[in-house]
Amino acid sequence: MFQHNRLNNEITLIQKIKNLDYILLISVIVLSVISVFVMYSTDGGEALFHTKNHFVKLAAFFPLMIFVAFFNIKFWHNISYIIYFIVILLLIYVSFFGIKSSGSQRWMDVYFFVLQPSELMKIAIIMCLSKYYHRLKIENVNSFTSITIVLSVILIPTILVVSQPDLGTSILIALSGLIILWLGGVKIKYFIYSFFTFLISLPFIISFLKPYQKLRILTFLDPDRDPLGAGYQIIQSKIAIGSGGLNGKGFLKGTQSYLDFLPEKHTDFIFTLFSEEFGFIGSVGLLILYSIIIFRIVRIGSISRSNFARLFCFGYAFAIFIYIVVNLSMVLGLLPIVGSPLPIMSYGGSSMLATMIGFGIVLSAKINNKQIIA
Amino acid sequence: MEEFHIKKMIKSNSGIRKTDVINRRMFIIGAAKVVVFAGIIARLFSLQINENKKYLTLSDKNRIREWKLPPTRGNIVDYFGNVIAGNLKVYQLHIIPEQVENFNYLLVRLKNLLNLSDKKIVRINRLKEELKPWDSIIVSENLTWSQFVKINNYLYDLVGVKPVMTISRNYPFNDIYTHVLGYVSQPNEEEILNNQIIQERFVPGMKIGKLGLEKRLENHLIGTNAIQRYEVNAYGKRINQLEHQKGQQGSKIRLTLDTEIQKACGELLNEKAGSISVMDIYTGDIIAMYSSPSYNPNLFLFGISQDEWQLIRNNPLKPLINKTLSGLYSPGSTIKPIVALSALENNVVDTKFKVKCTGKMELYGQTFHCWKEKGHGWVSLKNAMKQSCDTYFYEVSRLLGVDRLNITAEKFGLGKKVLGEYFDNEKKGLFPNTKWKKNNLGKGWVLGETLITGIGQGYIQSTPLQLCMMTAQIANGGYAIKPKIIVDSSPISYEDAKQSMESGLLFDSNSDALLDKKLFKDKKNIKIIQEAMFSSTNERFGTSYKSRIDDPKYQFAGKTGTAQVKRISKRERELDLELEQIPYKDRDHALYVAYGPYINPRYALSIIVEHGGSGSKAAAPIAKKLFKLIIDRHELRNKQSNFERITI
Repeated sequence: MFQHNRLNNEITLIQKIKNLDYILLISVIVLSVISVFVMYSTDGGEALFHTKNHFVKLAAFFPLMIFVAFFNIKFWHNISYIIYFIVILLLIYVSFFGIKSSGSQRWMDVYFFVLQPSELMKIAIIMCLSKYYHRLKIENVNSFTSITIVLSVILIPTILVVSQPDLGTSILIALSGLIILWLGGVKIKYFIYSFFTFLISLPFIISFLKPYQKLRILTFLDPDRDPLGAGYQIIQSKIAIGSGGLNGKGFLKGTQSYLDFLPEKHTDFIFTLFSEEFGFIGSVGLLILYSIIIFRIVRIGSISRSNFARLFCFGYAFAIFIYIVVNLSMVLGLLPIVGSPLPIMSYGGSSMLATMIGFGIVLSAKINNKQIIA
Repeated sequence: MEEFHIKKMIKSNSGIRKTDVINRRMFIIGAAKVVVFAGIIARLFSLQINENKKYLTLSDKNRIREWKLPPTRGNIVDYFGNVIAGNLKVYQLHIIPEQVENFNYLLVRLKNLLNLSDKKIVRINRLKEELKPWDSIIVSENLTWSQFVKINNYLYDLVGVKPVMTISRNYPFNDIYTHVLGYVSQPNEEEILNNQIIQERFVPGMKIGKLGLEKRLENHLIGTNAIQRYEVNAYGKRINQLEHQKGQQGSKIRLTLDTEIQKACGELLNEKAGSISVMDIYTGDIIAMYSSPSYNPNLFLFGISQDEWQLIRNNPLKPLINKTLSGLYSPGSTIKPIVALSALENNVVDTKFKVKCTGKMELYGQTFHCWKEKGHGWVSLKNAMKQSCDTYFYEVSRLLGVDRLNITAEKFGLGKKVLGEYFDNEKKGLFPNTKWKKNNLGKGWVLGETLITGIGQGYIQSTPLQLCMMTAQIANGGYAIKPKIIVDSSPISYEDAKQSMESGLLFDSNSDALLDKKLFKDKKNIKIIQEAMFSSTNERFGTSYKSRIDDPKYQFAGKTGTAQVKRISKRERELDLELEQIPYKDRDHALYVAYGPYINPRYALSIIVEHGGSGSKAAAPIAKKLFKLIIDRHELRNKQSNFERITI
């Protein structure tokens, strides 16, 4: 153990750079380049506001990712709880003093950009629970105390985010937390019981939903009931994707987005535009790129010696996966519309910041994969 | 030591077990991820590959919007190809609100430049509120050239204003053809709904036929819309033009009418109420059909002003009525050729049969007066026709009976529509018989009524065109013709026309059947009537002798008529007032029917001058002036060719 510690301390900057995962890095760079071009297309073939901002954020957060990667994984392990509490405090702060926009209060101004703490919580909760399960004895995993603590850790931020209101992000936070629970070894029957309890209480939950949220569910079940109102987004999104065909309409030639038929084309519906312009081949290509990223993260987790790194990588890989699935299912009309961005591709600083920090920690795990954390 | 070792073993064991659990759980998740991604790819495949066509169509539907432009109406030309209903370039002024910087300033500028009324300004402001900001507001539909130039000069100051050139209906001969052509105007809702073609092609600003041939031939004249395809954005704003599909102008319609004769009719009836019809006696081509007074159809194109409309509507000479087709008149003495013919055909009289005219006739205690108070003495058929002796025709119709007279009259077209398929305002008139009276008035026929029917008074009612056709069928030797106003056959020479008519060929290009068109039993009888009409115009003491033309080229035969509009009281008869002394409303209608040239005849006409007095004084002189022109135009007419056939 001592030996390892010493070994670890001897890692030089050059070794760190050597140890970076280049497949993951290149995949992220390719994805970033694609995202800039797609953003350029949403601006109607001009480098306007969204394109410039997106590029600036990429240029700022990509070095940040490398910076994060150069910290020892042990450091991230050590400050996991602190980060979680800071983000909780930020969430409480925005629920009182946050910037209001289109009916919800989830942002805060931090000089150079507007921060959405709930996006950071997506990473913080994975870090926090990874550390918890790393330290928890396997015998205690299914103990009442530990499950209560873990559920509280998940529920507090989820409730804070739901009340903003932001259903989409809160679901993603809850799912990110639950996956660590799963990986940590909580009994499968608990998951099955909870799932059935959830199903049974679903009507009850629905009765608590806000009218616009109920409307979204109704619209999901039958988008044609109000094609110009609530169903408009999903119908137009399906038209855009469907009309893309095998090869797509070509870069900058997506009529649906160019002529403003697509709502929220910069953020949640960015895939729709991509799919319209690059078709089935492009879409599958993008999915493959995401799959490579997810696979690399899982691989890094599986070669990590510490369970913290392993749990974080597996958890983060799942989180990325779930972001993609929720976003794509939404734009493809498979799920009701809940606001959820597509990692890296969607316009939005906080989401990109959180994603890049996540990648950074994963890279840190790769660099320090021999590191054992007590 | 031992204990510690075991503890350590357990501890490391625990770490390994935890890693195993994590890895096992990760494997399950990994498998789930593959399944879910496969599901998403399947969905992409179904949308982009399987249903690609459906969504491509929907996407095009989204982005492509068609704009229909008003179709260009077909021209209507006269027999010689002169455009009588055409299209004219007009200059319009549109405002596109979204391009306007200061709307109020612009309106003030336009108001000064074009002298717009306050009402108009209010209307423009209202339109601005109602329309989308990129839809153009039509400020003026018909700018004069000088206004158009003025606008173009100040265009730098009028941001958002668009001078537009477009096409509008135009009637170059103004009021000459109004009753034939009608006019076009904005359709109302009912008109759009009732006509499938108008419904399909309707665009705001489009005009449709409201009356006459413009209305009747709407489906031929209308033309097809030009279509502009634009790419639009989600808000319906045009982004760029993709395609311009030219529309097809409506069919050109060629009429049998002759503008020169039509114009002459207008001049001859100037400031009079009346009608002139001229017809080719073989082909049934209507050469002229004029109802006086007329009005200018161009006034209706851009919405007639209230003042102008009131002027037309309140004119006592009733310009809105097409007198040729809808005016019902007693034919007066112009019916006498038919009465005489019927009597001959039914062997009631012969040419030697004579009646003594004493100026009146007594029947069952009622006195029937001849127009000549002193009487004509003994008169035969020819003299009775020539001098229009009423007593002779009282006696002849008494012998003939109204039912036999009715059969002959209806054969020659009285009591039936002449151009019914073209003009829905045509009246069919009335030629009474005993059955008619019983059915319609519930009373038995009285012999006295036969007598006055015999001189064209009483129940009998006819349109000027019916009288023209009646005369034409006497003139052509007693053969039925089918009058028409749209050209559908080539001109033919007199010989060919006469020969084919006598062989029974109907000049109806639409029916190839060889029908028996003979209207007579004995051809001799028609000849007798023709000669009698000749003498009426060309022999001394004939009623229209003063209006004769001696030159055989123009010589014509005719019959005058003077139709009473009210019963003449005994006192009035004794007074024998001059025309000017009688109130306008009570004056007789003057009528004249004629055909010519007498040798090898070709044309028949009927003239009516409402409240014009006697036929010989008011109507026959018009025929004299007109016949020269008609015959002179005949040669030109014969040279016309290249007929496009139109099936209506």
